[in-house]
Amino acid sequence: MSTTAPTAGGSAGRHRPRHAGDRLLSAVGLLCMLLALAALAALVYDVAHDGLRRLSWQFITSYPSRNPERAGILAALVGSLYVVGLTAAIAVPLGVGAAIHLEEYGGRGRVSRLIEVNIANLAGVPSIIYGLLGLGLFVRAMRMERSVLAGACTLALLALPVIIISTREALRTVPKSLREASFALGATKWQTIQYQVLPAAFPGILTGLILALSRTIGETAPLITIGALTYVPFLPTDIWSPFTVLPIQIFNWVSRPQAAFAENAAAGIVVLLALLLLMNAVAIVLRDRFQRRAAG
Amino acid sequence: MTRFRTRTIVEFAIEKALFLCAAGSILVTAGIIFVLFFETAAFLREVPILEFLFGTEWTPLFYDKHFGALPLMAGTLLVSAIAMAVALPAGLLTAIYLSEYAAGGVRRVVRPVLEVLAGVPTVVYGYFALQFVTPLLQSFVPGLAGFNALSPGIVMGIMILPLISSLSEDALHGVPNGLREGAYALGSTRMQTALRVVLPAAFSGISAAAILAASRAIGETMIVAIAAGQQPRLTLDPRVPVETMTAYIVQVSLGDTPAGTLEYRTIFAVGMLLFLSTFALNLVSHWLRNRFREEYA
Amino acid sequence: MNVTAHTLHAALLTLSLTIAACDGRQNAGETPAGLEPAEVITVDGSSTVFPITEAAAEEFQRAHAGMRITVGISGTGGGFQKFCRGEIDLADASRPIRPTEAAACAKAGVQFIEIPVAYDGLAVVVNPKNTWATSMTVAELRKMWEPAAQGQIMRWSQVRAGWPDRELHLFGAGVDSGTFDYFTEAIAGKEGQSRGDYTSSEDDNVIVQGVSGDENALGYFGYAYYEENRDKLKLVAIDDGDDANGKGPILPSPETVENGTYRPLSRPIFIYPKVKSLDRPEVKSFIDFYLTKGIPLVREVGYIPLKDREYEIVRRRFNRRKTGSMYQGTDSHSQMTLEQRLAQ
Repeated sequence: MSTTAPTAGGSAGRHRPRHAGDRLLSAVGLLCMLLALAALAALVYDVAHDGLRRLSWQFITSYPSRNPERAGILAALVGSLYVVGLTAAIAVPLGVGAAIHLEEYGGRGRVSRLIEVNIANLAGVPSIIYGLLGLGLFVRAMRMERSVLAGACTLALLALPVIIISTREALRTVPKSLREASFALGATKWQTIQYQVLPAAFPGILTGLILALSRTIGETAPLITIGALTYVPFLPTDIWSPFTVLPIQIFNWVSRPQAAFAENAAAGIVVLLALLLLMNAVAIVLRDRFQRRAAG
Repeated sequence: MTRFRTRTIVEFAIEKALFLCAAGSILVTAGIIFVLFFETAAFLREVPILEFLFGTEWTPLFYDKHFGALPLMAGTLLVSAIAMAVALPAGLLTAIYLSEYAAGGVRRVVRPVLEVLAGVPTVVYGYFALQFVTPLLQSFVPGLAGFNALSPGIVMGIMILPLISSLSEDALHGVPNGLREGAYALGSTRMQTALRVVLPAAFSGISAAAILAASRAIGETMIVAIAAGQQPRLTLDPRVPVETMTAYIVQVSLGDTPAGTLEYRTIFAVGMLLFLSTFALNLVSHWLRNRFREEYA
Repeated sequence: MNVTAHTLHAALLTLSLTIAACDGRQNAGETPAGLEPAEVITVDGSSTVFPITEAAAEEFQRAHAGMRITVGISGTGGGFQKFCRGEIDLADASRPIRPTEAAACAKAGVQFIEIPVAYDGLAVVVNPKNTWATSMTVAELRKMWEPAAQGQIMRWSQVRAGWPDRELHLFGAGVDSGTFDYFTEAIAGKEGQSRGDYTSSEDDNVIVQGVSGDENALGYFGYAYYEENRDKLKLVAIDDGDDANGKGPILPSPETVENGTYRPLSRPIFIYPKVKSLDRPEVKSFIDFYLTKGIPLVREVGYIPLKDREYEIVRRRFNRRKTGSMYQGTDSHSQMTLEQRLAQ
């Protein structure tokens, strides 16, 4: 039996491991962590190495082409922004509304519990199942065909559980005392929510929304299932237009065996990752700004 | 009308509107179940369920039609098993390191970086698997085909590793310090404490994480659609092309499937299989997580 | 006003715009008339014909700003299904329209013009590291691909004695593909007769990727996909056993396809415009463009153009709106040349 005994406060990890087995476990754990980080670094390096030399203003402003040097992601980029914008317009009011209900109005009743469990389950459903739902419901039954609207509706359903869960978390951070003070001054429930709770929770809600939407931008499978095309050499003009999005354009280029298209795919990935980075950065900046405003 | 009456009506209307938003989520689940159920039922009217679940050949679109989904299930299980074999040990060890050994600063930096791994779009992982990992593996694995189960399996493991590591870390962190201190007081080393006290205590939380990760792996589409191939094959050999349930749905969706045909219904039947398995796994995971919370809340 | 009100206002505005847009719709599948100067021209079907149509669409859109063309690859069968439902303006096809498909179109009131645009040689390819399969007979291909081979013929040595005892990895067209229909009819004798246990895809790029990455692989697709990927693939010469049109195994090439010695895997490929869509000026001008400026593109993407006089007849038939298919009743492998058929 070992005689070394680290002092209390174990999990804060301030002590170097002294026992041989200790050192082994620590080393192996550290190794795994570094391997995971190395995998991320390899991914970023590989994509950047292949894609950055292809990245240019011409690439961003061109339409897809059979000639890899001429092909570009304009249609996919604008399509992505358009679809995500429409998805937000559908999912944000519904999601935030549902979260407000569950947090502020919902009782402990069976219906509320059922809705909660339901949303937690929906968050874990694979995205391609949402694609099947979109295919059966929006494309076929509601006859939307391969339009921006069908894509946005499908993605909205996908984003809804995530938005609801993150908004609820944000609402929960608002202290009860704030609500009670408002009631004490004679405000009604909705007035309290509108003028006290929501502004206080706004930074958290906004961050959650942007994160949910940034995940939506990277979604491919549901849009393939509802039939988004790969050769769309123009910008969508209205919600009934055919469209393509960044991940699907990347998928199309990855599927082409010519090496030049693989470069295009890598460049497209760089644009996609840059867009995601931008959205996450905006989320963080906005959250900080609103937090400062609320505090100040 | 007094301002009070107006306000009351407005309050009532808003409350009901918000309730509808929340209840709408039930409609979504109902929609999924209905669409899947409706088409699967139509499918099962033409194909006996035993053949679907236990048949070993999947050639629903060809002349010699067979509707046995076992090859698709085998493909899914093979890739997911490889992914879990990569992610579970690595993720768990990373979690143990971060929770029991690492300094607070390291944790604060590494956790968000690992979250980035989880946020990368899966089509990017598919590209990585096809363009980087497969050629790399081909240089030392004999007989590795261009499309195979090993490469997407490994990449999928990298993708779900953050899920296992952060949820396991939460579970490990949730174990009260008192247990650790008791172990140290009895003279245990950090490793003995970690492996014999903390880990078993956090077991249900960690299992919940593992099951959730497995569910994520089973439902993953793009990595396998790009790198695993499109050949339904009942095999355990990770070096050959296979087809997963998700990749089949993509394959058929890329073609044309008129509504109402048997081919159209096959994607819903396979989708139903996928939905039920991930749903069951998610339920078990939540139940385990709640049990863990009850033990230590 | 505070944030909540702003958000709600924005949401309501978007919602009402959406509903307003809904009202503007007339029927499903069509954009409202008069909303744009040129509606989207929708094309779908064969992935074999796709490179030509994609090239023509691209050049057409560069020549005429404001034109919008989408091209899908659902496969020849998939394309015809959409076409006969009236959902697309132009169907790409790597085989002639079947009598059943033509009947479905007639029933739905969809009239079409059959336009051959090029010749294609179906290329059978193997991995460059494959040293043994330099040529094959039609009989051997049939042994490899017929429905009876499913689950049975799994190794190269089973196809021809003397070939290595290695696993056979097959890649081929999907069932919606005209290439599939053509290959099965030419090799197994009847359309659709194929084993099912191979990697099948309507997207020929997947087949290229599969074969180029696997030493034990064999695949088939339109010749243009070989041309595009010469450095990754190796052609297999085909011997049809008929010395009358070329002795011994013949490799596909523009010459052998054009002079008919590459048999039985040479074929014309088609586009089928919907007659009603030709009332739209943009559609008619696109097809005109296809049949004039599009011809040089055929060779550029790797296919074999028809003879000049064949193109002239094709253009004349198009201008006279000659509907219906030349292949009704007879099978597409009859010995009539295209020129003879066009003259009918």
